[in-house]
Amino acid sequence: MLFSPLEIEQTLRMFAEQNLDVRTITLGINLLDCIDSDARKAAGRVYEKITRVAANLVRTRDRIQAELGVPIINKRISVTPVAMLVGASQNGQSRESSSVPLIFAEALDRAARETGVDFLGGFSALVHHGITPAEESTIRALPTVLATTEFVCGSLNVASSRVGINMDAVNMAAAAIRETADRTRDRGGFGCSRLVIFANAPEDNPFMAGAFHGPGNPDTVVHVGVSGPGVVQSAIRRMPDAPLEQLAEEIKKTSFQITRLGQLVLDKASALLGVVPGIVDLSLAPTPAVGDSVARILEEMGLESIGVPGSTAALALLNNAVKKGGLMASSRVGGLSGSFLPVSEDEGMAAAVERGDLTLEKLEAMTAICSVGLDMIALPGDTPVDTLAGIIADEMAIGVMNHKTTAVRVIPVPGKNAGEWVEFGGLLGRAPIMPVHRGSCSAFVRRGGIIPAPVTSFRN
Amino acid sequence: MRAVCTVVGKDKPGIIAAVSTALAERSVNILDISQTIMQGFFTMITLVDLGGMSISLETLRQDLDSLGERVEVTITLQHEDVFTAMHRV
Repeated sequence: MLFSPLEIEQTLRMFAEQNLDVRTITLGINLLDCIDSDARKAAGRVYEKITRVAANLVRTRDRIQAELGVPIINKRISVTPVAMLVGASQNGQSRESSSVPLIFAEALDRAARETGVDFLGGFSALVHHGITPAEESTIRALPTVLATTEFVCGSLNVASSRVGINMDAVNMAAAAIRETADRTRDRGGFGCSRLVIFANAPEDNPFMAGAFHGPGNPDTVVHVGVSGPGVVQSAIRRMPDAPLEQLAEEIKKTSFQITRLGQLVLDKASALLGVVPGIVDLSLAPTPAVGDSVARILEEMGLESIGVPGSTAALALLNNAVKKGGLMASSRVGGLSGSFLPVSEDEGMAAAVERGDLTLEKLEAMTAICSVGLDMIALPGDTPVDTLAGIIADEMAIGVMNHKTTAVRVIPVPGKNAGEWVEFGGLLGRAPIMPVHRGSCSAFVRRGGIIPAPVTSFRN
Repeated sequence: MRAVCTVVGKDKPGIIAAVSTALAERSVNILDISQTIMQGFFTMITLVDLGGMSISLETLRQDLDSLGERVEVTITLQHEDVFTAMHRV
């Protein structure tokens, strides 16, 4: 036999008992060749190109899944940041009331439905340097787009380590989150789950809601994102008394195996779709299912709960070991590639918040190490816009000063207070609403302007 | 394509016969076979060649699932590449 019974048993357990799967195949599509001064013509081309290029995406996912016997959960599309297309069609329309972004959003939503994907990301604007009229129109359209479309996801890059934090963009992002929550109040502010505010956004991220096809990419490209927190947790459970460097070693090996699986799926998807291979994102993406939690990995290491002292150190060990193992498994590691710490999408995170063991402030400290920042966090419905801007600015500062990606995906749940639960359903899960510090940062954030880049960014 | 077909369940007479007959009836060739008891469970591991298979992969999976239910074992079929990727550097 080519493989030992132990190897085969280990693999079977990973899939059957430890929730191992490939989280997503994401097809990136450049839409810059669709531009036209007439927005409707351009939107028609957008629909045509996406439905043509992604025609076989779902079928390809099904075929790989059947051939390999490996579950592949999501199939997604990421596109060129829409603000770039809006710019070509704006024709002097007012930036406050332009209909152009909505025309594109409608075409994107229809294309997503036609191709059968789960999400389409890229209703985005890169505004860390400043905001063009087309980008302003796009940001202003976000609440309507997120309230009226089913599949479209949006993101804004408001900060980078090269240029600093654009506080005008941060304030606009906070206002967009607030309005999106109000526009989707019947679903607990659900629309905010499809909007991510970034510092140092990666151009090749396969995970939603922050995926977009950055301008540095080829015309089409396919990316893969893995999962597997349950596998890492099981590996650690087998070593209750081991010193920490041995845990790190075991996590590295496990991450290597998981990422190799992602690389295998990427190679097959690339060949079948006839699209150049992009990256494998080695992030351990959790789900609300029991046994698929990043929080529980840290607790398996010996913390009574995620959020207690030691949590940041444990996360550092995990994140570092996951990267070292994954980097050896694939030459094309990219995207976010770290640990995800979403509250509603991770059963262990939500439980820790409910017990009062995990606060927003401790979570923010932990995001200095994880790869996505404050993710899927439900906040009180009456959280002021300026406080949202302050929360975003803090998270952007962590990313900018540490030369890493950070992001904010928060949901101020209309009509609900701290401690109450909100249900989003499916992979988005459920979460208790976290209390927010009541002190005001209004006078600070309303100054606007740019928080300059760190001295470490001047490397030329 | 070659795949690893694994059968796990409570040990009883006739499991190997049932599974290998089902595979033979569908022109699935067994290249290698081993059987062991792991943690109290009967475990049969076969490396199979699906190249000459008389039915579609989807139908084979359905057939193996219903056979598994009947014989009260879990039958899993995964591409050889999955194991190579995860266990060979």
